[in-house]
Amino acid sequence: MTAKLGSAFPNRRSVLGGMAAGSGLLAAAGAFPGFVQAQSSAPIKLGFQLHRTGIGASYGRWYQRTTQAALKLLNETGGINGRPVEVVFEDDGTDPARGAEVVGKLATQHGCDAIFGPLFSHVVIGSAPRAGELKIPYLVCSEGYHVASGMLNRWTLQPGITDVKAQVRAMAPWVTANLGKKVTMIFPDYAFGHDHRDFFTQAVKEQGGEVIAHLAIPPTETSFTRYMPQIPAETEVLYHVMVGPAVLTFVKELGEFYGNGPRPEIFGFIDSLEAVNLASPGLEFLEGTHFWEGHCRNQQPDASVDETFYRAAVGVDATGASLADARDISTYSHMFSTWETLFVIKAGMEAAGYQGPKDRQSFVEAIEAMTTLPASRAHPQGDKIFNGKTHQVFGHQSISKVTGGQLMRVYQTSIAQGQYPDAVDYTQQSF
Amino acid sequence: MNGQPLKPWLAPLALIGLLAVMGFVLPAYHHNNMARILVLAVFAMGYNIAFGYTGLLSLGHALFFGAGLYAAGLAINQGGVTAGLALGLGLLAGGGVALATGVLALRTAGVSFMIVTLMFAQAGYLLLLYFGAFTGGDEGFVVARTGRVLGGFDLTTDGPRYGLALGLFTLAILGQTAIVRAPFGRVMVAMRENSARAQMLGFDPFRTKLIVLVISGLYSGVAGAAYGILFGYVGASFAAIQYSILPLLWVLLGGSGTVLGPFLGVFIMFYLIDLSSSYTSAHLMVVGVALLVLVLFAPRGILGGLRKRWGTWLA
Repeated sequence: MTAKLGSAFPNRRSVLGGMAAGSGLLAAAGAFPGFVQAQSSAPIKLGFQLHRTGIGASYGRWYQRTTQAALKLLNETGGINGRPVEVVFEDDGTDPARGAEVVGKLATQHGCDAIFGPLFSHVVIGSAPRAGELKIPYLVCSEGYHVASGMLNRWTLQPGITDVKAQVRAMAPWVTANLGKKVTMIFPDYAFGHDHRDFFTQAVKEQGGEVIAHLAIPPTETSFTRYMPQIPAETEVLYHVMVGPAVLTFVKELGEFYGNGPRPEIFGFIDSLEAVNLASPGLEFLEGTHFWEGHCRNQQPDASVDETFYRAAVGVDATGASLADARDISTYSHMFSTWETLFVIKAGMEAAGYQGPKDRQSFVEAIEAMTTLPASRAHPQGDKIFNGKTHQVFGHQSISKVTGGQLMRVYQTSIAQGQYPDAVDYTQQSF
Repeated sequence: MNGQPLKPWLAPLALIGLLAVMGFVLPAYHHNNMARILVLAVFAMGYNIAFGYTGLLSLGHALFFGAGLYAAGLAINQGGVTAGLALGLGLLAGGGVALATGVLALRTAGVSFMIVTLMFAQAGYLLLLYFGAFTGGDEGFVVARTGRVLGGFDLTTDGPRYGLALGLFTLAILGQTAIVRAPFGRVMVAMRENSARAQMLGFDPFRTKLIVLVISGLYSGVAGAAYGILFGYVGASFAAIQYSILPLLWVLLGGSGTVLGPFLGVFIMFYLIDLSSSYTSAHLMVVGVALLVLVLFAPRGILGGLRKRWGTWLA
């Protein structure tokens, strides 16, 4: 609208420009103290879209701690291009509407150079359009198949954690070869659960197995007893991805259903139990069952030097609990993504010779040009391969068995096991 | 009508003028915020027409907002329609769903009406999750950029976005003023004050309330459609119970049964959350305390209290 009125009326940009020019003249006349700082020495400011409140709060607490630890290391080792780095945390309430507002706030009010950090899919999908409008790099730590599916835009990248499609594809061969080929899936009846249903069902089929029953649990359900008899008797593997507070009830009722009798092998996603102590009453039934983990909560006997360094830096003990409070269990399986994303930002900005917002496009192109991310202090979870076309990273996945109340890794997938054909080529899209 | 026909229009016209000027001077962050506030204020006005003027305490307005949001978003993404047509579809979806809900829910009143509307809204929300393959479920979907253009103006840019938001707000607030100043508006207030007496005077409560609910649904639906088109995202969280409670709080805060109250309520609530969330994770407690203070010291809402003191021209 302002474009057509431009000749007759001042538009917002011209009014603001005029005000800025007026301020500039006053400053030049000495009305304001001069503030001149070489651009190259000014801090790089990064915005963190934090799930401090809402359903993602337990993740947000640890994502903030992890990021602060990574930031400390980053600044101790020279920052980015020799410039110090600041991170501004803004709470998005784990809400997509607020998420988009926070992206705007970080970009236009705080003047951040890039934004990173959100985990929950609906927040990412709700916020990405705003990042695209503002043309600000938006590096998400989500797991949903929305970046690589092509749903989002060229400014949105996921270089810190593998998506759920790759996770389940990578694990299906081991599950079908070691636990059984007849699988029953129990999952929440909304998008997160549907992703598992669709991708794992396909992956099991490709391995010669079969998902013999899908038990979709409505999101309002608080008791699961009535679903247990629907598990077919011939089930060899029970695959569960229940999340939220109800997971404790779910496990307890599953234990009551099978009692001390024979039960199928059980395979779950640790998402259900992030920030939850496995020693919690009612979870005894999980002994001997298997879990996917992005990053092993319990320190493994073969833990690398980088992993050990990272664990100490973020303040987590060998069991995955906070060093400051043993009752405070970390979201260890996921939170490495914020650490690694920060170091991808460093690598990308240094490759692009990043000076300021005018270089944002070059920064995105520099990340798109990345291919291998070797295991290092910057990538303590392990080496990874970044696909610049789909903006998605692929890493190793772990399968752990609950043994004596500890999660002990029994298998680690290769990166190639998770990779799948590209569904999009963001590099062909305009900025 | 009173003897000073222009007086009720002065405050809304002055607000529209002020908002038009602000469109040129607000910095980028607040410019975008104000566009959101204007769209949400249209939603709040729809609620105000039902609750503030007619006494219909609904807890189901998220259904109408969500109907408009999804009608517009799906029409653009699945049907490839233009933004203008999508806005129209959103309007009709909000009104249509309100009509269907009202036909059933208006057989009840008071607390029962509140519960029935809440149940309808929850059913709508769960349907969105259930048909996730089509609606995007809890994750939602991004509205195609090609559908975010109106009359050659790119609605993903600040100026046109603000312009459309202000245009809708202008139509909505002038429409609201016209409705409540018309004879039908007097009937609405009569229904709020004493439905039985109004019926005794020959007015049909069911018919009146149904018309009001449909008007309220039209406002909510077009607001939902505009929100999806202007900000590019459609998701089930906009149809959750939070979006049934928010318009109630906005209207109570700004002043129930006042013309400017919905806008003021949205504005204050928005910035209360925006500012407090930068300093504390207990920002919802800050909102709660503000509402408690309001109940104690200004039970009619901010503009309700001011109007009582300074006259009806104010709001």
